[in-house]
Amino acid sequence: MADDAFADIPGTVLFDTKRARQGYWLNTFCMSLMQAGNRAAFKADEAAYLARFAMTSEQRDAVLKRDWNGMLAQGGNIYYLAKIGATDGKSFQQLAAAMTGMSQDDYARMMLDGGRAIAGNRSIAENGHG
Amino acid sequence: MAEIVGGAAMSHVPAIGAAIDNGRTGDDYWQPVFRGFEFSKKWAADLKPDVAIVIYNDHASAFSLDIIPTFAIGCAETFDIADEGWGARPVPKIEGHPDLAGHLARALVLDEFDMTIVNRMDVDHGLTVPLNLMCGSPKQWPFKVIPICVNVVHFPPPTGKRCFDLGKAIAKAVKSYDENLRVLVLGTGGMSHQLQGPRAGLTNPAFDKRFLAGMANDPENLAKIPHIEYVREAGSEGIEMVMWLVMRGALNARVEEVHRFYHIPVSNTALGHILLENR
Repeated sequence: MADDAFADIPGTVLFDTKRARQGYWLNTFCMSLMQAGNRAAFKADEAAYLARFAMTSEQRDAVLKRDWNGMLAQGGNIYYLAKIGATDGKSFQQLAAAMTGMSQDDYARMMLDGGRAIAGNRSIAENGHG
Repeated sequence: MAEIVGGAAMSHVPAIGAAIDNGRTGDDYWQPVFRGFEFSKKWAADLKPDVAIVIYNDHASAFSLDIIPTFAIGCAETFDIADEGWGARPVPKIEGHPDLAGHLARALVLDEFDMTIVNRMDVDHGLTVPLNLMCGSPKQWPFKVIPICVNVVHFPPPTGKRCFDLGKAIAKAVKSYDENLRVLVLGTGGMSHQLQGPRAGLTNPAFDKRFLAGMANDPENLAKIPHIEYVREAGSEGIEMVMWLVMRGALNARVEEVHRFYHIPVSNTALGHILLENR
């Protein structure tokens, strides 16, 4: 199965039809932040704003905590989630750092040093762990 | 008869747009990036294109999860700049070329590429950053633009081969347009990068350099790269490189590579850039 092959890639979520169904409202909320008025309403009362969308309580919690990997696991797509980051005034690199569990400085240093190496990051099976 | 006068591919990292908009292009971090496009700006100006066909992906700006077209062509007179969450970029509005776009839409569908026809669409950094890289920051863009969006956000994107073949069909369609127009084709996105999850920050210079090296003379083999290889080797967002193959397909089998540039890092991304001319 093709999907099993993709599941062997470490630390990577494939955004497919299943995840689009799971994350429909989470991602739809994210897109609403493309309007300044909605961004203001979200910032004024995040929980109340999130209640406008038919998301699961886990999805809402993940947004409130800015748990990016939690949002990805629950059907969020990175290009949609980036709208939350933009609303928070964060750069894409700050979001990426948070998803890797590294500090912003360490992550920026890794990128300046050439980025995360492919060796050891190709395959869960090859590495013997996730 | 309309004529394709050149092809360019480049990454479309949003941080490049932010650097331009915030006056940071002279920073130590950014100088080498923009230097890589100095030749390209002169090249593009000398070509005097009337229209650019820009192959890019919408980043959840015009298309939501409601409707996800695999290939879409913008046929409007103008395209507004999307507000991606921090306000619209302060760049000039995009002027379309509805007549050529309509001709392309018709020709491509009859050539069995089932394009989605778009009459209203805001364009995001995927389109505006490449325009800045090729033109700088003029008050008005020096050519009209036909946006062609490729879905690379929702799996599966079209295959590399399908993208390459779409490019060939675009070339045929351009040649069958009556008016004398000079057409530049831009393929955008890539190179290796992953923006999501614990593997974010991945780069793979060996993969990227192989891809760059194959663009001029070995695109048929690049077009055979399966999705899993892009995702595994070049990161989940590295799959954007299929859009370079649309540009390559739109050029002749024989081309000359006139410029190549590669730089790490740009934000989370390995930046690649190439210029090709028909021979």
